[in-house]
Amino acid sequence: MRRWPVLAFVAWAALLFWAALGLFARGFLLTRLELPQRSACRPGPPPWPGPGPAPPPAAASAPGGCWLPRRFARAVLVLIDALRFDFARWEPEAAAAAGPGPGRPFANRLPTLRRLLAARPRQARLYRFRADPPTTTLQRLKGLATGSLPTFVDAGSNFASHAVREDNLLRQLADNGKRVVFMGDDTWDGLFPEAFSQSYFFPSFNVKDLHTVDEGILQHLYPTVDGGEWELLIAHFLGVDHCGHKHGPDHPEMAKKLSQMDAMLRSLVDHLANDTLLLVAGDHGMTSTGDHGGESEDEVNAALFVYSKAPLFQDLPPQEPETVPQVNLVPTLALLLGVPIPYSNIGEVMADLFAVEGDAASSVLAQLAAYSVNAWQVNRFLHSYSLAAQDLSEEKLLRLQDQFSAIMEEYKQFLAQAGPPALPELQRLRSRFSRYLREARAVCAESWARFHPACMVAGCALLASSCLLCWVASQVASAWGFSYRHLLLYPLLWGVAGAALLGLAHLWGWAGVDFILLASWAAAASQCGFFWHCWARRSWRPRSTGPRSSSGAAGLRQRLWARAGPALPLSLLCVRCGAMLSDSFVMAEAQVVAFLLVSLVLLLVLRLHWEGRLEDSPFSWQLLGLLGGILACVRLSGLFRQCREETPHCRSSPVLAPLSSLQDPQTKNFYYMLCLAVLVGLAWGVRCWLRHYGNLNSPSPPVLFVRWGFPLLAICIGGYWAITSGAEEALVQAHPWVQLALVAFPQSVFVLVIAGLLLVLWDPVTVFVKDSREAAATGGPILLPSSQEELQQVIPQLYRRMQESLKSRLGETKAGSRATVAAYGLGSVYSAALLIPLALLGFLFMVLHTERLSLAFLLLFLEAFAWLWVHSWAGALASQADPFTVPWEALIGWALAAAQFFYATGHQPVFPAIHWNAAFVGFQQGHGANLIPALLVGANTFASHILFAAGCPLLLLWPFVCEMAGCQSRTPKSETDDGEEQLMEMRLREAPDKFSLALLQLGLKYLSVLGVQMLACVLAAMILRRHLMVWKVFAPKFVFETLGFVVSSIFLLLGIGLVMRVDCAVSLWFKQVILAQPR
Amino acid sequence: MRHTEIKRLLSVNVVCIASIILTTLVPSLFLENFSVLGTHLIWLCICSASVGTGNVILYLIFKPNPSMRRNSIAHKVAKFIRCCVYFFVSCILFHGIIVLYGAPLIESILETFLFAVLLSTFTTLHCLCVLGPNFQAWLRVFSKNGAMSIWDNNLQITTMCSVVGAWLGAFPIPLDWDRPWQVWPISCSLGATFGYVAGLLIAPLWIYWNRKQLTYKSR
Ligand SMILES: [Zn+2]
Ligand SMILES: [Zn+2]
Repeated sequence: MRRWPVLAFVAWAALLFWAALGLFARGFLLTRLELPQRSACRPGPPPWPGPGPAPPPAAASAPGGCWLPRRFARAVLVLIDALRFDFARWEPEAAAAAGPGPGRPFANRLPTLRRLLAARPRQARLYRFRADPPTTTLQRLKGLATGSLPTFVDAGSNFASHAVREDNLLRQLADNGKRVVFMGDDTWDGLFPEAFSQSYFFPSFNVKDLHTVDEGILQHLYPTVDGGEWELLIAHFLGVDHCGHKHGPDHPEMAKKLSQMDAMLRSLVDHLANDTLLLVAGDHGMTSTGDHGGESEDEVNAALFVYSKAPLFQDLPPQEPETVPQVNLVPTLALLLGVPIPYSNIGEVMADLFAVEGDAASSVLAQLAAYSVNAWQVNRFLHSYSLAAQDLSEEKLLRLQDQFSAIMEEYKQFLAQAGPPALPELQRLRSRFSRYLREARAVCAESWARFHPACMVAGCALLASSCLLCWVASQVASAWGFSYRHLLLYPLLWGVAGAALLGLAHLWGWAGVDFILLASWAAAASQCGFFWHCWARRSWRPRSTGPRSSSGAAGLRQRLWARAGPALPLSLLCVRCGAMLSDSFVMAEAQVVAFLLVSLVLLLVLRLHWEGRLEDSPFSWQLLGLLGGILACVRLSGLFRQCREETPHCRSSPVLAPLSSLQDPQTKNFYYMLCLAVLVGLAWGVRCWLRHYGNLNSPSPPVLFVRWGFPLLAICIGGYWAITSGAEEALVQAHPWVQLALVAFPQSVFVLVIAGLLLVLWDPVTVFVKDSREAAATGGPILLPSSQEELQQVIPQLYRRMQESLKSRLGETKAGSRATVAAYGLGSVYSAALLIPLALLGFLFMVLHTERLSLAFLLLFLEAFAWLWVHSWAGALASQADPFTVPWEALIGWALAAAQFFYATGHQPVFPAIHWNAAFVGFQQGHGANLIPALLVGANTFASHILFAAGCPLLLLWPFVCEMAGCQSRTPKSETDDGEEQLMEMRLREAPDKFSLALLQLGLKYLSVLGVQMLACVLAAMILRRHLMVWKVFAPKFVFETLGFVVSSIFLLLGIGLVMRVDCAVSLWFKQVILAQPR
Repeated sequence: MRHTEIKRLLSVNVVCIASIILTTLVPSLFLENFSVLGTHLIWLCICSASVGTGNVILYLIFKPNPSMRRNSIAHKVAKFIRCCVYFFVSCILFHGIIVLYGAPLIESILETFLFAVLLSTFTTLHCLCVLGPNFQAWLRVFSKNGAMSIWDNNLQITTMCSVVGAWLGAFPIPLDWDRPWQVWPISCSLGATFGYVAGLLIAPLWIYWNRKQLTYKSR
């Protein structure tokens, strides 16, 4: 048996997928490091020396302000979600053509802005407010508060909540004693908990609802404005955005909505005091269909309107409104209100708003003061960031630093000068400041906030070709001679060559390289190698087209009919993949997967009936019973689902809550007993299985572990649950031994599980040899094998000999020959060695979940067993099936069950749904390092992926194991040919090459089933990257699915590796048995 | 012979389709506020009843499988009672399968049951009409080479189409379109009905198309 090549091939295939996923993630997931620092009043920007004539940028002592003297006592920020620039702009053509044009219902619907702009050009101004993609509300709000660029993965933030941890404008205001009042979209509640002195949140989830939020705000807006209990008032209107999503911008409803906004603005302006700044802004635009999220012009162009009752601007507005990036709002507003600029801000102050009354020179000097503070802050941020993370280009940072020093030097000289400096020079300095800030922002944006479509497409292509490779390789493995040299070694060499080529290109400076790029390049090259060799070898394959050509139309129909059988399960897989492309289906995936699984099982049984295989078969009733069992498991597992926050009417299952939350002691005891029963059931079930197949008699350490370690494990878990479910907080505090038990029980579970796994790995042969000398005595002596081939011949011989001896010894007893043969446990040695670790892992996962989820794990094991039986009986009934090939439908069902139990163990692919408590099982006091909690939470989250992937080889082994049961039920036949004995899994050893190929094929098939699902998920994330739900649904789904895939492939490898290890050990065991024989 | 048989089948199916169309139109003349979506349960009852009676009458007239040896009254009554029991059991079975597919267990139990009745009408009642209360015959018809007449083929196709239609009807339920027909069990029962109608149309066409290949073993 060739062990290492098989493992290497599966590992290589898994690595191909990983490289593809890494490449895609590089293009799709925007990342940035969050810095924990915050700006403070002091130390503020350094005071510049010299007696400046202009207002010096005095540090903390500025009157009514912190880094600069404040210009406004208050500000009102009216955020109209999705206020596109052309919604706010006045279109003279449309106005001329008899009012609002018929084609554009949104045009000229905000006449208040137009009136103010025309009548008071020094008090009002309209800007083009450019959003940084991704243009989704959540990311935009983060950007509007922190002055930084939004990303999906803000490394360092807490995944459990969306709360903004970075320094932001709201926090600065609160820290400096300013009151912030908020009304509108309740997204802000999650983002900035407790940032507001007063708040009116309204539900924003229902996109179809145009009016709840807006009318809620309108009720509170004017009383609050008149009340004056605030320094910053934020009103976030959602109607325009929802109207866009529901009807699109070109709809009469949009006109109504905008008119409502106009009326609101008109009366709001009348309510404003003189020292109040009014800002009307859109967080992003919308496409012609009303969506947003991407980076098209329509989406990034929002409107910003600034107005104050006091004159604000020095000069008249330009013909075409200026363009202002959205991050610029943060430093501007911070300095205008007299608070420090948030630490991570990379925006640039809007110079217009800092001009002062008087001559041009003093105005420019005031602007320069703001600029210098801003530039100092940005430089400080870049410096801290480059210390913490390496993703910004070093040489660019260096250049920026030089630029900053030069400008500051010049600015200092100006301030030090005695006389008033010349205006043109001041203006030149201002533009240099502005250029510095722009370049700094560009450097950041380049690395943080851009999807890389090329990476994404390449990742998808690589993923698709990896799926194809797995499929081709599995076909090749079953159809024609498989050469590891041609199909593994040479492609790997190709891959190395490809990577080397890229490395050389990098050395010569032609290409920038990072690890992911290198890996994906190598993966692509090795795939090319594989396909090339495959294609080259294909032509040598003997052709068998002779009989086919003679068949006519009827033959074609028959062949189509024969194809339709396997195609139906595949079409179910396609439905599952298609379901990933819709956000509703992703949200309802738990139901979708269960539905498809039920369909698959029913389809399988109905097909058997249709083909007439169930007729007069003794299995049919058992098969129907198993079918019912699977269906019941699937349905019952639906009781353990958690809900997502996007589905408000859904209720999470009460069973997910820990037992300690139950008030009624009787129910609590009932559930506790039920959980104990599950523990006992699992331990007892494994024992029973082993006893039935005779593996329990063996004196080997794993069996001893099953006998004694499993009950011990169950006791530990039961004790742990008793404490967690019963103990009050106070009791835990009072009694140190309770605390000790809280730690000791789970930790002993961990230790036992690890010990058990190591024991299985050390000596996996659970075979009991009873007096083998006697067995050998009945026949002639067996020659000591001298070579591997000879050994392989000897083994079945030996096995038969043992059976014969036993038969002769126990022949007359009513136990029957089969039971005694099985008593050796040789026929189920592989499965037994797999089952024990699976049960151990099951115990481990139970302790990591809340108590009552152990019921879900029981269902998982029951369903998996029922599925294995159905699969092997279906294989036995389909007479011509090759026992060494696992059919696709079995693997698809297996993968679907894995996905189903991900949901049925109370998980959802969103970050808030992760069971963080798992990190503290056995570690009540927290952790020093991050590795252990990550492992614990990962094991909790991907429990079902792990169990199903590691148990995947059972799909191959089970039909051989149940050969015995099958023959027993076929009584009349097997009584007659008693000579044919049940070799069970030893059949696999009889054909070691076929066995290794079968394992390879199994691994590749499972990988490709998982890979196809992964491909669908990736395509969904790529195609729908400007979907409303991309950051809420598709991106987290992608992250979970990727991690699940990686975990699954690792444990698939481990499962196959364990089978190999057993095989190795069994060979050794045979050698020992033969050596022990008398010559 | 074959052609006349197919024509008879076609006429039976057309009458069935007509009865379904009538159930959507006629009740609105008598009942106020009747609509298939609005008062779905009433429609389900009417549709099941009318398709059921229509089928029974049609098959009594056409008698596709005239194999009555004993025709005593007692035998007929016994047969009728067995038919009723079979029908009821199939309703329960369908209800169980629908619940296993994920339908709510307790809430909207009436809707689920009426949907099961509709499905039974489309499938089991059809079987009862053609094959009688003979479970072995049913098993035979629903296997690969089990069809013995074009009526059996018709039965296979309509049953399969109704079930597949109901299955496909479940797909739009999770979508967030907020349409009235996404409410359980409207989309499924509409799917089953469309599937049934499609089956009724497809079956004669398919049989006509394949009339050369279809060879029936005699009983
Ligand atoms: Zn928005
Ligand atoms: Zn929106």
